[in-house]
Amino acid sequence: MKAAVIVFPGSNCDRDVAVALEQSMGHAPDMVWHRDTHLGAYDLIVVPGGFSYGDYLRSGAIAAHSPVMREVAGRAKDGTPVLGICNGFQILIETGLLPGALMRNASLKFICRDVLLRVETSTSPFTGAYDKGDVLRIPIAHHDGNYFADDATLDRLESEDRVALRYCDQQGKLTPEANPNGSARSIAGILNEGRNVLGLMPHPERLADALLGGNDGRAMFDGLVEACAA
Amino acid sequence: MKARIHITLKQGVLDPQGKAISHALEALGFSGVDGVRQGKYIEIDLQEDDGEAARASVDAMCAKLLANTVIEDYSIEIES
Repeated sequence: MKAAVIVFPGSNCDRDVAVALEQSMGHAPDMVWHRDTHLGAYDLIVVPGGFSYGDYLRSGAIAAHSPVMREVAGRAKDGTPVLGICNGFQILIETGLLPGALMRNASLKFICRDVLLRVETSTSPFTGAYDKGDVLRIPIAHHDGNYFADDATLDRLESEDRVALRYCDQQGKLTPEANPNGSARSIAGILNEGRNVLGLMPHPERLADALLGGNDGRAMFDGLVEACAA
Repeated sequence: MKARIHITLKQGVLDPQGKAISHALEALGFSGVDGVRQGKYIEIDLQEDDGEAARASVDAMCAKLLANTVIEDYSIEIES
C-alpha cells in the first residue's frame, strides 16, 4: 500500500499522521509538497491538519487552489480514498470535494481537548473497522470547526448515510453540551457521494497509540490498510 | 481601476463574532444597536480600464476565491 501526505506551508499534523500511517502500514508514507503538480500512484491521500497559509482569507481557502490539490481532486473523482483531517477537512470543503462550510466555533474560542464521537456509519474505507454506534475518544484542536450547510444539504447527507461521525456524550447521545463547536446536527465528519472522501475535524492520528493516552483513532488507519488491501 | 469588495455572512447564517461585538457595545453603554454583522473588506488594484470588464473579472474572483458563497455574500464597488 502506498500513501501520500500532502504538506503545505503551515501544515503541522503531517508528521503525526505519517507516524500513525507507518504504524498501520508497516512503512512510511510519502510526504508530497504542495507545489508538486504531478502526483504518483497512491492508494490513499491524506490532507493533514495545521494552519495552511496561516489561515489567510479563510481556513483552507488558499491551499484549496494550490497545484497539488488539483491533482488530489482528480484522484478523488477517480475513487482514490482521500482523508482530510481538521485543516485538511477545511481544504477539502474549499475545493468543493465535500459540501457545506466550516465556520468559526460558536464559542469563538480555539478548542483543544478530547471529545467523544459516535460512529454513524461503518460503510466506508475510513470507518469500516468500527461498528456503527461505537463511541470514540478523539481530540479536536480548531477555531473553525462549526459545520454549516443548508437544510436540504444536511437532509441529503443523512438520507445518503454520509454523516460519518457526530459529537456525542458518554452514552452516545447527541446533546448541545456534547457539541463543542456548534456544528449543525452535531456533525464532526462527512463523506462524499462516492464514499471515498472523508473530512473530519477531530484528529484520529493524535490518539492512535496507547503511549499517547489512547488509541481509539488507530482503527481508522488500520481499517484503511485493510480496505486498500481488499 | 480600484475594486472595493465587502464580504459578509449571508442573512440567516449565525454570525457569532457579530453577536459578541453587539454584546460588547451594549456593555459599553451604546444603546440602540439592533444587530451587528462582521465581514471582510478587500481592495484590489486592477490594470483594466473598462468598468464593466473590471466588475466581471472581480465578480469571478469573488465567486472562485475571495468569498465562500455557501455562507457569504459579497458586494463590489468599482472606482476609476
